[in-house]
Amino acid sequence: MEYDKSFFNLYFFTIIIELLLGLGIALLLAKRNWLNNILGVLLVLPLMIAPALASLIWRLLINPNFGIVNYLLSFIGIDDFTWASHPDTVLFTLIMVDVWVFTPFIMILLLAGLRSLPRQPFEAAELDGVPEYYKFFRITLPMLFPFILTASLFRLLESIQQFDIIYALSQGGPGESSMVFQVSAYLQTFQYTNIGKAAAMMVVLWAICYFLCHVFVQQWHKLKIKTKGELLQ
Amino acid sequence: MSHSKMKSAIDTFLKGKMSRRDLLIKAGRYGIGFAALTKLMGMQVTSALAAQDFDWKKHSGTTIKLLMNKHPYMDSMIAELDNFKALTGMNVEYDIFAEDVYFDKVTAALSSKSSEYDAFMTGAYMTWTYGPAGWCADLNDFIQDSNKTNPSYNWNDVVGNLRDACSWSGVAGDVPGAAGSKQWCMPWGFELNSVTYNMRYFEKAGMKPPGDLVEMTDQAEYFTKNAGSNEWSYGIGTRGSRSWATIHPGFMSAYANYGLVDFENNGGKLKAAMNSQASKDFHKQWVKMIASSGPANWSGYTWYEVGNDIGAGASAMIFDADILGYFFNGNPDNKEAGNFGFHGFTPNPSASAPTPNVWIWSLAMSNFSKKKDAAWYWMQWCNGPENAMAGGVKHNQVNPVRESVWASGDFDDKIRGTSPGYMEQYNSSIDGSKIHFTAQPLFFETTTEWAAALQEMQTGSNVDETLDKLASKIDRMMKDVGLA
Repeated sequence: MEYDKSFFNLYFFTIIIELLLGLGIALLLAKRNWLNNILGVLLVLPLMIAPALASLIWRLLINPNFGIVNYLLSFIGIDDFTWASHPDTVLFTLIMVDVWVFTPFIMILLLAGLRSLPRQPFEAAELDGVPEYYKFFRITLPMLFPFILTASLFRLLESIQQFDIIYALSQGGPGESSMVFQVSAYLQTFQYTNIGKAAAMMVVLWAICYFLCHVFVQQWHKLKIKTKGELLQ
Repeated sequence: MSHSKMKSAIDTFLKGKMSRRDLLIKAGRYGIGFAALTKLMGMQVTSALAAQDFDWKKHSGTTIKLLMNKHPYMDSMIAELDNFKALTGMNVEYDIFAEDVYFDKVTAALSSKSSEYDAFMTGAYMTWTYGPAGWCADLNDFIQDSNKTNPSYNWNDVVGNLRDACSWSGVAGDVPGAAGSKQWCMPWGFELNSVTYNMRYFEKAGMKPPGDLVEMTDQAEYFTKNAGSNEWSYGIGTRGSRSWATIHPGFMSAYANYGLVDFENNGGKLKAAMNSQASKDFHKQWVKMIASSGPANWSGYTWYEVGNDIGAGASAMIFDADILGYFFNGNPDNKEAGNFGFHGFTPNPSASAPTPNVWIWSLAMSNFSKKKDAAWYWMQWCNGPENAMAGGVKHNQVNPVRESVWASGDFDDKIRGTSPGYMEQYNSSIDGSKIHFTAQPLFFETTTEWAAALQEMQTGSNVDETLDKLASKIDRMMKDVGLA
C-alpha cells in the first residue's frame, strides 16, 4: 500500500480547514437577526447535495475546456491549473471539494453550540471590561470545546470513510497520489473481485474508527465534566 | 391487397433480392409509412423463423430476466423484443443500469450466486474472472446442441476473432479461442480502436489522417499549439483515468502494433514485459504525445469525455472506439455532427496493417439461472442472423458481429451514407483485430496498475524507472497467486 502520505494529509488538512472556517462562519452568524438566519440557510445548501453529485458538479466547474473556475482564474493569470490531474494539485482539489461540502456541517454544530452557551460568564466579563479577544480565548473557546470535539469526531470518522469525492474526482490517482483505503477496497471488490482482501481492509478501517470513537467519546465526557465544573466555580 | 403485395416485397428484401431503397419506394407506392414498414418486416422475420423445423414455442409462458447496460445495442434489442415474444410466447423482463454502476451490479449478482438474472451483458475480459469462478455457463453446451439451437443460427457467421475472444480455457497465458476453450460469452457488438478525426479541422490544417504514431504526435502538437486562434482546444483525445479501461483502447492497439506484449509466457508462468527496452521506447513516444497534446485533465478521461470532446469540437482527433465517432457523427445535438472521418490506423511505420485491440459487448448466461434453456432461446434470437441484420440496418447495432451484416448492401449503404471512411476502416482493421492482452485472472488489477503508472509518467515520472517498478509490482502480484 502506497497511500500513507495522502491518507494523512487529506484527513488532517481537511478537518483543520473545515474547523477554522466553520468556527469563523459560526462566530459571524452567532447573533440572531434576519440576515444571519437567511445566510445560515444559504450556507447549509452544499450539505444538502450528495457528495458524489457535488464532486461531479465540481468536475464540470474545473473542466479546462469549459469550466467557469478556470475561466475566472485566467483573469488573474492562472492558466491551465491541473486540479485533480496532477499529483501536486490533486490533494488540494479533493480538500477544496470536501471543504465546500462539509464546512456547513461544522458551522451548524458550532453555531448551535455558540447559541446555547450560558450568558452569565459573558455578562460578567462585559461588566469587568474584559477585552474581546480575551473573552474569545478564555470563555468562548473553552466552553465551545465539547462542540468542537464532537464536530471533529464526526468529520474525522466521515473522512476516514470518504469514498465518493475521491472516487468521482480522481479514482485514487494520478498514479497512487490520492489512493486511500476505501477506494482501494472498492476496486478490490468490484473490479478485481478480490472480496476477501477488500473485507480485510474494511475490518482494519472499522478497527481504526472504533478506536478513534472510543478515545473521542472518553475525552468528550471528560471535557463536558470539566466545562460544567468550571462554570459552577 | 397492398398488404399482401407488401409482404411479398419484404420477403424478397429479406432474401437479399431487393435493395432497401427499392423496398422503401414500393412501400411509398402502397401508402405504407416507415414505422408500419418496420413493424411488417419484424412480423415477416418472425414468421420466417416460426416456419423453421425448430420448436420456438418450447418455453412458451416462461419469463426470463436480463441484466443489461444502457447502450444503443440494448435499445436496438428492445425495439425488436416484441418479435421474440411473438415467436416464442416467452416473456422477457430486464433491469438496465448506466455503465458507471453496471458492472458493480453484475459482480454483486454473480458473486452472491443470485438466480435473479438469467442472462446479462458483459465484456469478454470480465469472463476471465466470471468463467473460471463458475459464475457463467459454457455456451458450447448450447451452441453445439442441435436440439437447443435453431438451424439458421449459423455460429460461424460471427467474426472468428470475436468468437475466439469470448472463449478461454481458464489457464493463465492460454490464447483465447485455443483448443479446450470454453465459450463464456457470445459477441453481440464490438468496437475497433481506430482514429476518428474532424475532417473540417484537418482540411483547414491541410492534413491527412496520420500514417503512424510519430506523425500522429506531430499533428496533435500542431493542433494544440494552434488552439488559441482556432475552434479546437487540443490535438488528440485518448482515455487517461486510473482504470484498466485506459489501456485497452488506443494505447493497447498501438502497443500491439509495435509487436509488444504485456507478459512473457513461460509454460504458464507469466512475467511482466512492460519494461522491455522496446516497450520503454513506445511508452516514451505515447507519453510525449499525451503530455504535449492531450487534454489538460487527461487523468480523468474516460470514453465519455473522449467522445464528448470530439463531438463538441474540442479535440481534433481521437484514438479510441470507432463507434464513439459513429454515434457522435449521427447525433445532430453534437456541434461537429457530420464532420467526422474514420481511419484505420497503423501506428508502427514498419507494420503493414492496423491491429486494433477489441472491446466486445457480449451476452453471457448466469450459471445460477434456473431457466438456462429458456435464456438460451433469447440469446440465440438476440445474436441470431435475423435480429443482427435488423439491428444493423434498422437500428444502431454498430458494429454488428456477423459477417453477413457487414456484407449486406443495405448495411453498407447506411454506413457509407453517414460515416466517411468507416467501412474502409473496418475492412483494413478487422483481420488484425483481437484481444491483444494475455488472458489471466488478474487482468483488471494488473491493467489498472499499468494505467496508474501511465498517469505517473504523464505527470513527469521517469519512464524507465516507472516501468521497472510496475513490472516488479506485477511480478509480485503474479507470484502471490502462483503464476510467476
